[in-house]
Amino acid sequence: MSEQATSEHRRSRAPGGPAAGDSATSMPTYIGMPAFPAAAATALGNAQLRRNLAHATSTIRLKRAGAVAELADWQQLRAAGKAIKDHTLAHLDTYLTRLEARVTDAGGHVHWAQDAAEANEIVASLVRATGADSVVKVKSMTTQETGLNEALAAERITALETDLAELIVQLGHDQPSHILVPAIHRNRTEIRDIFLAEMADVPSGLTDAPVELAAAARTHLRRAFLSAKVGISGANFAIADTGTLVVVESEGNGRMCLTLPDTLISVVGIEKVLPAWRDLEVFLALLPRSSTAERMNPYTSTWTGVRPGDGPREFHLVLLDNGRTSALADTVGRQALRCIRCSACLNVCPVYERVGGHAYGSPYPGPIGAIITPQLRGVTSPIDASLPYASTLCGACYEVCPVAINIPEALVHLRGEVVEAQRSSPLHAERIVMGLAAWVLRSGRRLGLAQRAASASRVLIGRSGRIRRLPPPLNAWTKTRDAPAPPAESFRVWWARTHGGAQ
Amino acid sequence: MRIALFITCLTDTLFPDTGKAITSLLERLGHEVAFPAGQACCGQMHFNSGYRRETVPMVRGFARAFSGFEAIVTPSASCAAMVREYHPAVAAQAGDAGLAREVGEIAPRVHEVSGLLVDVLGLVDVGAYFPYRVAYHPSCHSLRMLRVGDAPVRLLRAVRGLELVDLPGAAECCGFGGTFAIKNAATSAAMCADKVAAVRGTGAQVLCSADNSCLMHVGGTLTRQRADVSTRHLAEILASTP
Repeated sequence: MSEQATSEHRRSRAPGGPAAGDSATSMPTYIGMPAFPAAAATALGNAQLRRNLAHATSTIRLKRAGAVAELADWQQLRAAGKAIKDHTLAHLDTYLTRLEARVTDAGGHVHWAQDAAEANEIVASLVRATGADSVVKVKSMTTQETGLNEALAAERITALETDLAELIVQLGHDQPSHILVPAIHRNRTEIRDIFLAEMADVPSGLTDAPVELAAAARTHLRRAFLSAKVGISGANFAIADTGTLVVVESEGNGRMCLTLPDTLISVVGIEKVLPAWRDLEVFLALLPRSSTAERMNPYTSTWTGVRPGDGPREFHLVLLDNGRTSALADTVGRQALRCIRCSACLNVCPVYERVGGHAYGSPYPGPIGAIITPQLRGVTSPIDASLPYASTLCGACYEVCPVAINIPEALVHLRGEVVEAQRSSPLHAERIVMGLAAWVLRSGRRLGLAQRAASASRVLIGRSGRIRRLPPPLNAWTKTRDAPAPPAESFRVWWARTHGGAQ
Repeated sequence: MRIALFITCLTDTLFPDTGKAITSLLERLGHEVAFPAGQACCGQMHFNSGYRRETVPMVRGFARAFSGFEAIVTPSASCAAMVREYHPAVAAQAGDAGLAREVGEIAPRVHEVSGLLVDVLGLVDVGAYFPYRVAYHPSCHSLRMLRVGDAPVRLLRAVRGLELVDLPGAAECCGFGGTFAIKNAATSAAMCADKVAAVRGTGAQVLCSADNSCLMHVGGTLTRQRADVSTRHLAEILASTP
């Protein structure tokens, strides 16, 4: 992909918007990642990883299909989810200022962060003000996106992940590889080994029985819950009409973090806002069935500002842009902002199933990551420019998306952005080849001449009808696949010979 | 009916037997086949690879070649989907209102083989005979873009002598994806290896699809593995007679 593409290109798409091209600050954790094809090839070589992923994704895929099939009105729900999100995004200014007013009325404090660095600085200064040197965290994609844990560590503040899978990732000095199941790439034996090596209070003789692993994590976390002064969360939804935030979870750790500490700080992307409570009904049906294949998730926590004697005494909402308004300015790409982070698209994606999440070089992996990440970070780095191509455009993701994001359409659109960014480089090999191919392929006469040349080359290939080896870059094909030899005559030559020439 | 054949650049160049099969099948069914010689490529490879500007003249060339035909048939569900779903968008994006109008008229008349036979001509039994065990791979674009549904399977079930076997994971992509097969060759090959294992597990003698691109991909892996399974486009099976 292009090394020459400049951030100017990204900026030109959203005049007046934040400079989303400043990728160095927007998602700091993944700088220097190799492009997707190389990272994917490495992942494919890990047999254990492939077994773990194939087992996990095929299980959840089947369960989701069953949970969705139970609802006769699934397609209407899906259309409603899309419509609510589209309406909200079209009036984002109205709903965000309403949300700010209602949260403030309810005793909360609202902060606006233009990018990741600003959000992290706001959170760090809020934690510093409490005097705490550690925080407990609810699983949050947004704080993964901003690299909050690393930013807090730089301020000597320890952030403890309390979601079981996030805890496994954190203890393993690892990166999450799935939106819902961040440790999907680990099996239980690997998890046991991580606990034994990294968990200070691990019970001796821990086996890899899931019930023992969960009990060890519970004991480890319980102490932190009871002593934490500050909790940090994201939110699945934020309701403008009432200033209510909503977190949907399975384990109950989130409920602990949201209710026990004196101070709660929630970092929320601006696209998470919903107009009213009644809109929530649609998403509480769409989200659990799509993500965990449950009819209803075990814990749904909602809170509105602060209430004396009940829960946190101080509540801060940090509303994060970090490239979202720039994505909103893109008429095709903006549909990615409808995403409710269910991860159904990851679980059905044949590419994700084989390479896992790390190859995507972003906390947002899989098909949705391939359209969100390049919009938030731009297409200037090799990994970001390769993400829109990390798909066969098979359409399985679009089919399961609960808010009908046409991911293939957005991928193709972003490929166009990548190619446009490459046009500034004069000698780009792929562009020259594609330009030449386009010249041939737009004329029946020129295509006919090219076919005659191909047919003439048959003498070089032999009579097997198959080509076993081609020169670069086509050797990428013939490494594992034969290529068909050109026939003695193309269809158009046959037609001219048998049906009396052109019509 | 006079039906124009949009052969597609890939089938024209590498798989002429498919075009011959469509011609003989439609002529056998009493239709007249036309082949506009000015046709070349629908532009899918360029469009899907991000070369939007380069796609515009190809869309223009397609419209010039096929305007005025009542029905257009193509052996590729993928190319049919490109014309139907994206030609109007390309024309609109290029700001060419005349082209957009022309493309808007042509696009709905473009049919993949099974769509033409079942939905337009109302046929299921086309009088074919093919005494082999066949697995059918529904290409992603036939399934999820063009939404041909069970039309190909209904046609195959009506073929005399043909035994249709169930292909596990049939709806999963074979890993071709156009330039994906080159750009992400390792991932593409891993997907194809699983598809080929599924095909070989069925005991089928022939793998059938409505897209030669998928067949070229899966078939290329089958022959590399020296598997005893050949590949046939749907039209070639439907054109077969005793």
